[in-house]
Amino acid sequence: MTRFAAGSRVRALAPDPAGHTRLPRYVRGHVGEVIEVRAVWPLPDETVRGIVRAEPVYAVRFPAAALWGSGSHSVIIDMWESYLEEAS
Amino acid sequence: MSGGHDELPVAARVRRLEERLIAAGLATDAELDEILEQVFTFASPVNGARMVARAWKDPGYRDRLLADGNAAATELGFGAGARGYLLKVVENTTGVHNMIVCTLCSCYPTALLGPSPGWYKSFAYRSRAVREPRAVLAEFGLELPDSTEIQVWDANSESRYLVLPLPPEGAGDTDEADLAAQVTRNGLIGTAVR
Repeated sequence: MTRFAAGSRVRALAPDPAGHTRLPRYVRGHVGEVIEVRAVWPLPDETVRGIVRAEPVYAVRFPAAALWGSGSHSVIIDMWESYLEEAS
Repeated sequence: MSGGHDELPVAARVRRLEERLIAAGLATDAELDEILEQVFTFASPVNGARMVARAWKDPGYRDRLLADGNAAATELGFGAGARGYLLKVVENTTGVHNMIVCTLCSCYPTALLGPSPGWYKSFAYRSRAVREPRAVLAEFGLELPDSTEIQVWDANSESRYLVLPLPPEGAGDTDEADLAAQVTRNGLIGTAVR
């Protein structure tokens, strides 16, 4: 069961975790669009603590203008479901 | 001068790390040796170039490559080196140019592209590729028209990317091996035309 699907508008959460994460700072807090459900993979933030919990991973497209305030390119990055919330 | 590299501090650190992994039951010496042998013996951009040339010559292979990169790598005999990740092949078109980066470290499909170049691991490339890719590409000598859309793929998870460049003029009449010889590692990363 996946929470999002291709076309979903999502916002990357903006936590400041003490440990490992694959959620880079440059996407935190920004809104993008899911282009594909990639797979179900263990969440690395927990794997490094010895907890293996798999969850859906989405390829999310962020427009440069959203990330940086300018630019016409887009950045596509994989987001574990825990990194995302629904964007209105 | 030392005769071997066993005395280098980094070699000692690597060995200590290996010993901890083995002690924790996460790997064996044999597995680590096999991985290294795979890298040193088989990892080369010649592999990725062969996949690209085949895709240029064979539309059926192109479709399979875009649909399932791992299966398409296996089809050409590169499956062993391309396991453990999801291989996504991103296709350049006249309107869209793709480039790959790993902002968190230096991930890319080593088996198909060979060991990553120093610049790919540099902070400058990793930070600027997502911020100002057009300027970065220009520094590589790749000037794209303003009308070309740039897509940057950040390999932050278990996905690994390979760019399928645009074929050269007359690819249909060119031998597949000759086409493969025209594909460079930078082309497979997206920092060259091909």
